[in-house]
Amino acid sequence: MTTEVGSETEVKKDSEQAGADKAKDKPEEASDTPENQKSRKASSEEALDSSSVPVPTSQSSPRSQKKEKDSSESKGISRFLPPWLKKQKSYTLSEPKDEAKKKAVGEDQAIEESECQLPGEVAQPKRSLEEAATENQHNAKADEKEEKHSVSSAETQPAKEDGKEMEVEKVAEEKEKQVEKEKRETKEVQTGEIKMENIPQKSPKKIKTVQCKVVLLDGTEYSCDIEKRAKGQLLFDRVCEHLNLLEKDYFGLLFYENSDQKNWLDPSKEIKRQIRSLPWLFTFNVKFYPPDPSQLTEDITRYFLCLQLRQDIASGRLPCSFVTHALLGSYTLQAELGDHDPEEHCSDYINEFQFAPNQTQEMEEKVVELHKTHRGLTPAQADSQFLENAKRLSMYGVDLHHAKDSEGVDIMLGVCANGLLIYKDRLRINRFAWPKILKISYKRSNFYIKVRPAELEQFESTIGFKLPNHRAAKRLWKVCVEHHTFFRLISPEQPPKAKFLTLGSKFRYSGRTQAQTQQASNLIDRPAPYFERTSSKRISRSLDGAPIRISDQSLLRDFPTARGGPAGDKVIDIEGAGQAKLKEGSREENGSPVKTPQLELIQDGKSNSLRVDGENIYVRHSNLMLEDLDKTQDDLLKHQASISELKRNFMESTPEPRPNEWEKRRIAPLSLPAPGRHGSRKEGPCAGVSDADKSSHETLDIVEEKKQAEVGREETVVIDETNKGKMQVATDAGETCKVEHLSKKDSSSLPSDSSSSSSSESEDEEVGEYHPHHRAIEEVIREEQEEEDDTNRKKEHEEKIMQHVEATAEGSKLNVPAEHTAKVTAESLVQENAVTIATEEKNFSEEMKQDLGEEKEEEQLRLNGDVSHVDIDVAPQIICCSEPPVVKTEMVTISDAAQRTEISTKEVPIVQTETKTITYESPQFDGSTSGNAGVLLSAQTITSESISTTTTTHITKMVKGGVSETRIEKRIVITGDADIDHDEALAQAIKEAKEQHPDMSVTRVVVHKETELAEEDEE
Amino acid sequence: MAAPGALGRYSHAVVRALPEVPGAAGPGGPLDLAKAQRQLGVFTGILRQPLGLQVVALPPAAPCAVLLEDLAVLQGDTALLTRPWEPARRDELGSVRAVLEELRLRVVAVTDEGATLDGSDVLFTGREFFVGISRWTNHRGAEMVADTFRDFAVSTVPVGGGGHLKSFCSMAAPDTIAIGSSEAARHAMKAMEQLSDHGYGRLSVPDDPAGNCLFARLGAGGCALVHRSPEEFPQSLQPFQKLPGCTLVPASCSEVAKLGGALSSCALLVNTRPEA
Repeated sequence: MTTEVGSETEVKKDSEQAGADKAKDKPEEASDTPENQKSRKASSEEALDSSSVPVPTSQSSPRSQKKEKDSSESKGISRFLPPWLKKQKSYTLSEPKDEAKKKAVGEDQAIEESECQLPGEVAQPKRSLEEAATENQHNAKADEKEEKHSVSSAETQPAKEDGKEMEVEKVAEEKEKQVEKEKRETKEVQTGEIKMENIPQKSPKKIKTVQCKVVLLDGTEYSCDIEKRAKGQLLFDRVCEHLNLLEKDYFGLLFYENSDQKNWLDPSKEIKRQIRSLPWLFTFNVKFYPPDPSQLTEDITRYFLCLQLRQDIASGRLPCSFVTHALLGSYTLQAELGDHDPEEHCSDYINEFQFAPNQTQEMEEKVVELHKTHRGLTPAQADSQFLENAKRLSMYGVDLHHAKDSEGVDIMLGVCANGLLIYKDRLRINRFAWPKILKISYKRSNFYIKVRPAELEQFESTIGFKLPNHRAAKRLWKVCVEHHTFFRLISPEQPPKAKFLTLGSKFRYSGRTQAQTQQASNLIDRPAPYFERTSSKRISRSLDGAPIRISDQSLLRDFPTARGGPAGDKVIDIEGAGQAKLKEGSREENGSPVKTPQLELIQDGKSNSLRVDGENIYVRHSNLMLEDLDKTQDDLLKHQASISELKRNFMESTPEPRPNEWEKRRIAPLSLPAPGRHGSRKEGPCAGVSDADKSSHETLDIVEEKKQAEVGREETVVIDETNKGKMQVATDAGETCKVEHLSKKDSSSLPSDSSSSSSSESEDEEVGEYHPHHRAIEEVIREEQEEEDDTNRKKEHEEKIMQHVEATAEGSKLNVPAEHTAKVTAESLVQENAVTIATEEKNFSEEMKQDLGEEKEEEQLRLNGDVSHVDIDVAPQIICCSEPPVVKTEMVTISDAAQRTEISTKEVPIVQTETKTITYESPQFDGSTSGNAGVLLSAQTITSESISTTTTTHITKMVKGGVSETRIEKRIVITGDADIDHDEALAQAIKEAKEQHPDMSVTRVVVHKETELAEEDEE
Repeated sequence: MAAPGALGRYSHAVVRALPEVPGAAGPGGPLDLAKAQRQLGVFTGILRQPLGLQVVALPPAAPCAVLLEDLAVLQGDTALLTRPWEPARRDELGSVRAVLEELRLRVVAVTDEGATLDGSDVLFTGREFFVGISRWTNHRGAEMVADTFRDFAVSTVPVGGGGHLKSFCSMAAPDTIAIGSSEAARHAMKAMEQLSDHGYGRLSVPDDPAGNCLFARLGAGGCALVHRSPEEFPQSLQPFQKLPGCTLVPASCSEVAKLGGALSSCALLVNTRPEA
């Protein structure tokens, strides 16, 4: 027995590590359905079996004497206790929590988890104290990870431990009870220590915890211990969990700097790097005010929004008229107190409420009067009414910042969902909607926006504001970046990857966008959670659920407990949403080929991804994004279902990243220094750098626009795909939309690499730029050097454009044809591909490593991002055919990059793809290729789809050299398997395009065909 | 908080008759008293029928006192008494306050001594306010509007050409702004479009004065638009005819215009049941 256990210990360590790795590798797994988890567990157990290499018991760092003593004592005692006694004891200690846990956690899951941990735990008796401690650390860590995604998770460390014990107990029935119990005993001791002394335990990773306090919206305080090196996300997730809040993307944690300057905690960064002083004190607040709160899925979310707004109103941040104060106050009363009851509610019953900064008797009377009229409204209905009225207030969701204009006049800059508002006193004196803003930047204490030229104007203008100090400027800039991303984009763009030194901020919003969060919350499928309204102990009735009587207040407080609900229904949290999607996806995959009504014929994920990407584009370009959202969303949802599944596969099998041009572009600077780029790098910090930053798609569009503006040109891009197996890739594309779409990533990383000026995540960057649109359309991020002055800027700009072109040439097939028509040969492409693949692989693993230390979610995002490159690329690889007005085909570039990607990673399936790109281009192009950028007048994107095709029409109007031209670009994605006659479909598409615009000529047709070659065979 | 759709709902109209003093003149020339009274009479009649409003007539004062719109900004249950640029006109405020209070409005007055504000520089679109910064209205006057109607965005619009904001524009329908075609008008329109979160329709009329019209909802659910008569501005009739489902009611206003007024200047329109 002894020996056995010993070996197991070692093995266990191993497996645990592996488990951790695994978790990293497959972040989405964590959010998997139980079944999935099962399989994962299984695999990790396999790993366990196979890995018999003893790992030296790590111990090293001296532990505190006291601790050692304590634990050894208890351990000693426990040794002598009969198992049943011990068991009992532990039960007593942890019972209440266990109960809670059991309720919350699905049985499956509990077992799974415990299984995972079991080996180590069994081994414990044998271990030295140090080992145990380490173990504990490991477990704790693993747990944390797990916890983030697990449905029920504990609020604090101790709770976690308890949970573990519970699981262990379950397992105990299957395993040797005795040993197990002993182990448990040990654990308890450890837990106790963590709790009581909060002593930083030393482990190989030196984990220290810090106490965080978070003031919640109802005024209560939540505190927890958090790893000192934890990122903001971890804390935020804990808080949301405590609040039982799923739609959490609208919220954030604020901390105050110098008492009055509020900063949002960046979830992607370590807390300690953001908040320098102890104690760690935060407030939980609404960060993005949903323009239409009725679209929130859950009442509980609306409730928190109400709380925030009540605060905003009472503090005067959200100004209201007298009547509105009274009206909103009356809804508050209705929500908190229920129907007006003349007996119970005597005249002073509202004294405890503050409805306005200056509350008068008259107002209170009015409130009561209105309260009487709301009879019968449930709290949830009252909240909804409250929000319906509050959302119409002109300052709703406007984040104000003090500034001075160029003449030194005091103004306020208000950032909101629609753009940037300029106030002088209370008057709105200007407004810049997001679509109008081309670039947002800051330098020292100055904040700049570059604005699209107005009608008939030729040039963009840059408007500068003076902020009180550098930090304020940066704060404003960040808020702008975040709001723009959240409200205007389908998916966030990825921060530039800082590999080298670059000046300037790398900051990007990394959370979900509104589109994504709405999508995710559509999948929330839990009984309406119960929550207690601040001042009422009443039943929380919800619009969507039956009234529930809450007998014990403590239950309410203890969210994890309440969560499971009487029904014991499975609670899906945001991550859970992902799970749901996964499930769906797998179901669909396994089951019928028909995924969703809309996707019926589009069976391969890739096409989906293409479509999604396309949508990204138009959305980005379209001013109508918010309005269009609904339509898109459905599709996205569907994608996600299948995509997540695919993504999982992808993760598990370590993708064979399908090298695509974009990928190449991204990586090129690293592996294959591109001459052009290097050159530009030398030119200076400003050189073109950032331009590269655009997402591939956007780059694409832009380049085309710039280079090709020709009068009345029409372009048809047809994507013809026949790859079914490719789904993985496609999947990821879809992923794009889902969690963190990294389409931007390529671009961002690219630029920074190429510019390579400097980087460093330091908080003190002096400058930062953000391009909500590139030129007219797009978002670019550029890092600027401080010295750069305005003169430089212009030059820079030019360089930028050039750089742009260059980058394009290197990277993308699509662009290449457009610009230097047939210069890139198939050969070179192939070569590049090969390189790319290798690099990609490397990157991938690197990233994984890096991520190890990070939270799961983060990782997930990142990984996804990588993946998404893949899909992205797929899309652009598409096909370009351009034809002269008379269908004379001047140039034909056929690049047949049949890529054989063999990546030897553990479980990498080998996928072969064949990609064909054919470009027909009209000679006229060359003239326009010279790079004279016209001035963009307007851009518009329309999408339509039929069963097997998706057509994206992008209409751009440019003024170039006094001639205005309209360019229509159609991207038609034809999806299906071999059954569809792609050629015919293509011909049809071109014909249609011609018919639709008889007065225009077709200048270019790019056909991109992707076929998958027997993927299954390889396996 | 005005629900969308509240625009044009009125219950009362406050008007003032012209004094029986011959020889009155405005910036636009000498007044034909008889004609002016006839026009005002017709206008008042329109307010009664078809608009169906209860008309409250104030006793005559100075000739320009007929331009009641300058004296108050009304929205919902709140009335802001302005501080007209012409000091002489501030004496007219008392009677207006009295009648508005009688109508149970919450009456607020501009207290800022440095503020000047003419009501005809204030355009309420149903969703927000635009305040023309003109000869008559300064920034601080606009602030008073913002201070009073806090639910709404209040944006300032530079007004060129020496007139008021509402000399060339008004609401022709919900979310539709009637606008003249002068340079000043086009500039102002552009500014408003830029400043607003809402997309307003634009009803362009060739003549600036015709841009000032009066939209009102009728009890039966229809709506009416009182506009300058085709006799005055024949070319501006056609654009109004494009408005769907709206009863067009022509009215002449040439004499009052000599005082610097427009159609909407001649009445304060009140809704005593804003919540209904």
